[in-house]
Amino acid sequence: MKSMLCISRHSPYGNALGREALEAVLAAAAFEQNIALLLMDDGVWQLQDQQQPLAGQQKSIARNLSALEMFGVDTVYAHQGSAQRRGLNSQALCIDSVQWLNDQQVRQLMATHDHLLSF
Amino acid sequence: MKFTLVILGAPYGASASQSALAFAQAALADGHRIHRLFFYADGVHNATRLAAPPQDEHDLPASWSELIKQHQLDAVVCIAAALRRGLLDATEAKRYQKDSDNIAHGFELSGLGQLIEASAVSDRVITFGP
Repeated sequence: MKSMLCISRHSPYGNALGREALEAVLAAAAFEQNIALLLMDDGVWQLQDQQQPLAGQQKSIARNLSALEMFGVDTVYAHQGSAQRRGLNSQALCIDSVQWLNDQQVRQLMATHDHLLSF
Repeated sequence: MKFTLVILGAPYGASASQSALAFAQAALADGHRIHRLFFYADGVHNATRLAAPPQDEHDLPASWSELIKQHQLDAVVCIAAALRRGLLDATEAKRYQKDSDNIAHGFELSGLGQLIEASAVSDRVITFGP
């Protein structure tokens, strides 16, 4: 089975790409594929705790992230540098299963997957 | 080499669609195979048959249709992304009681499973996005 890494680089509510990336990850997991998720650049904002999307108008990204574990995606990777540059508090995240990676580890993660799906 | 292209950008809104089209043309001209074109997120808008750009501009959706027809490409439009953006084929238009469909010939509405399957069998998956 080929391994896939989904790289999500957009903020949660600024456009639909963050959510549609997550839907692709959930679909791959539902088909029992080997898929991992890496959040980087503005994508790390998806991890922010206490998200308050507009009720009835926006679906919660945090809820989709929480669903990943249920679908067998145990670890969400996130780029440390992206979070630091944005002042994201890594102690107040919407999910627990985040593994922070430095630049070198991100390179390694990309190199060890067959396909990169870039959102 | 066997490619799958994922197109996330709408025509005219982003350069992604133009780049993907150029890549597809070049890859096919070089003798490579394209297993599937997968239109997702705003990329679903490339499948409209109702685009009417000014005459001195490149008609991107028409170029996609021509390429698909000429090379008998498998062109899948993500159904969830398409329906919420108002891209419908005749079946969905009827199902949701809309007064029209607007998907160009050669494109097919289907699920994300088609992207997963394509990834599994392709040598390379190339994403064209914003």
